[in-house]
Amino acid sequence: MNIYVCMKQVPDTEASLTVKDGKSINEENIKWVINPYDEYAIEEALKLKEKEPGSAVTVVTLGPARSESSIRTGLAMGAEHAVHIETDEYIHHKATAKALANAIKQDENYGVIFLGKQAIDEDSYQTHILLADYLGIPAATNITAFSFEGDKVIVEREIDEGAKEKIEMTVPCIVGATKGLNEPRYASLMGIMKAKKIPIKKLTLKELGIEDASIGIKPLKLYAPPEKPPGRIIEGELEDSVKELVRLLKEEAKVL
Amino acid sequence: MSLNYDLPEDANMIRDSIRDFAENVIKPQARELDAKEKFSPEITKQMGELGLFGFAVPGEYGGNGFGYLPYMVAVEELARIDSSQAATVAAHNSLGIGPIYYFGNEEQKKKYLPPLCSGEKVWGFGLTEPDAGSDAGGTKTNAVKDGNEWVINGAKMFITNASTEYSLGSTVQAVTGKRPDGKKEYSCFLVERGTKGFETKTMHEKMVWRASITSELFFDDCRVPEESILGKQGEGFRQMLTTLDRGRLSIAAMGLGCAQGAFEMAVKYAKERKQFGKSISTFQINAFKLADMDTEIECARNLLYKAAWLCDQGRDYQKHASMAKLYCAEVAHRCVNHAVQLHGGYGLMKEYDVERFYRDQKILEIGEGTSEICRLVISRCIGCYDV
Ligand SMILES: Cc1cc2nc3c(=O)[nH]c(=O)nc-3n(C[C@H](O)[C@H](O)[C@H](O)COP(=O)(O)OP(=O)(O)OC[C@H]3O[C@@H](n4cnc5c(N)ncnc54)[C@H](O)[C@@H]3O)c2cc1C
Repeated sequence: MNIYVCMKQVPDTEASLTVKDGKSINEENIKWVINPYDEYAIEEALKLKEKEPGSAVTVVTLGPARSESSIRTGLAMGAEHAVHIETDEYIHHKATAKALANAIKQDENYGVIFLGKQAIDEDSYQTHILLADYLGIPAATNITAFSFEGDKVIVEREIDEGAKEKIEMTVPCIVGATKGLNEPRYASLMGIMKAKKIPIKKLTLKELGIEDASIGIKPLKLYAPPEKPPGRIIEGELEDSVKELVRLLKEEAKVL
Repeated sequence: MSLNYDLPEDANMIRDSIRDFAENVIKPQARELDAKEKFSPEITKQMGELGLFGFAVPGEYGGNGFGYLPYMVAVEELARIDSSQAATVAAHNSLGIGPIYYFGNEEQKKKYLPPLCSGEKVWGFGLTEPDAGSDAGGTKTNAVKDGNEWVINGAKMFITNASTEYSLGSTVQAVTGKRPDGKKEYSCFLVERGTKGFETKTMHEKMVWRASITSELFFDDCRVPEESILGKQGEGFRQMLTTLDRGRLSIAAMGLGCAQGAFEMAVKYAKERKQFGKSISTFQINAFKLADMDTEIECARNLLYKAAWLCDQGRDYQKHASMAKLYCAEVAHRCVNHAVQLHGGYGLMKEYDVERFYRDQKILEIGEGTSEICRLVISRCIGCYDV
């Protein structure tokens, strides 16, 4: 089976981000990593490949030149092929999904496509659904268990408060991975060595028929959360201070 | 004409991968393994699967052939989290695998390297004896030829990785006669565990590297076949010294990682800890300590990477290896000391990893050439005694 993983490069969860010119983040001194949910997607793709003889995993990434380091990590984890849709443009999820769909469609025999359920940088939760729409195939997200049986995919999705739903999908289909699905492997040194030699196929948005990267959506403003006001200590005798606390909760915080 | 300080892309990838592994797999277990003085075959095996054994060894023998610079980066990242695991990797690569790969014959390499490079088995390097430490020429263990066998008698101590069921054997230096000039002749032997007359015993109650194995070796009329000699008869001393030169690079990497880990803990703690209404990092005496640590670590890293680069280039690296070992170990010493000072009383409690770092650091100034011996090597290279 030709297995695909759509993988995005995002800032490290520990990076401290600052806003530049009201539209984007300062990229200097940021460590870029594979989107954590996409790591689950890669791992599951590799596990499926290992179970299905003759399969291969292709990582597809849309992003600027720097994304290549994450693509190499995906290859070092064990993927066989990689496609890099290289762009420096701000590109909205809808156009992203369309570009990914067009890139994957170049392979008539694509099978299961894995994605993280969300990218932790923009948290749009849309790419996999839009991708399914463009490809006209089923999708399920928030997946915590995956299996491939015969010609169908069986997945478990986490719904409200730990309740689970088990569903079956025909192949090709889209799987939105979440935490709990697996333990992503570490790139081994042998993997890193091998990854060095794999050519990455480069595509442009234009080649994929994307002329307008915004497709009707335009970001207006990006801003940091307001600084939290400092905590307040209410001093005085116990009885008075409790009364004062209740008053503040009622009148100022308006939570009582 | 420009100097490039960026590491190669694959060295960065190795750093990222080993850092993730060290933080997620080793860190949660390190305190307990230290407390219980327990070697972890599971972690060793996982490190083998990651490819951490066989940096200098090509793929045909099961190594990864990456060379010394990536090796330094990997050991540094392990030591940033835990010295014991870094020690297992450093000793097994430099002292266990190293001599077999560099001096062994084809048959020995084919037999031993694959299981050693996979991390399923480890191998010891038996040089030090109860009465012969810095003065490796004081070796008393001897081997006498009897027909087509060698008969070994003597004892070794402080030998890393030599005494568990995962230890396949040890390289052992022994006196094998006298040279024409009257000096002792040394040769090395590859002795498998389980050979009759060869006993090993794990040494306990260590202050350092408590999750790494340290062993005593005993040879009592231990007979090994002629083929177990490493290289040629009489080459033992040179083999051991060359091995130590390379080994010093990996001990230096441990010093660098240990210093880096202690520094990061110190910065974090000093910013969080408030006294007199302020973060203690804002008192200049503390801030300057952190500035000194950062500066020294930067120097240590540059010196070590240069030494490793010289080694990878096939250039003369002996002096730089001793400099890097000496300096990185002493930087680690100063950094863990400052780090504990900044932690105050909490730094003396096992609840804080910095306590373990404080203990683990000390071996770096002693093993594989004490700081004094490193200064001796450097001063010899300078020519101080040729007057
Ligand atoms: C945990 C651990 C693991 C080890 N692993 C191994 C191993 O795998 N294989 C192995 O062979 N060994 C191993 N060793 C041994 C280690 O290499 C020796 O401890 C080290 O070489 C020092 O020898 P020593 O302990 O006999 O000290 P000594 O040589 O007795 O030194 C005592 C002191 O005298 C100083 N001194 C000695 N000679 C001179 C001189 N000429 N000039 C100035 N000062 C001098 C030393 O610097 C030191 O300060 C290990 C040790 C430890 C603690």
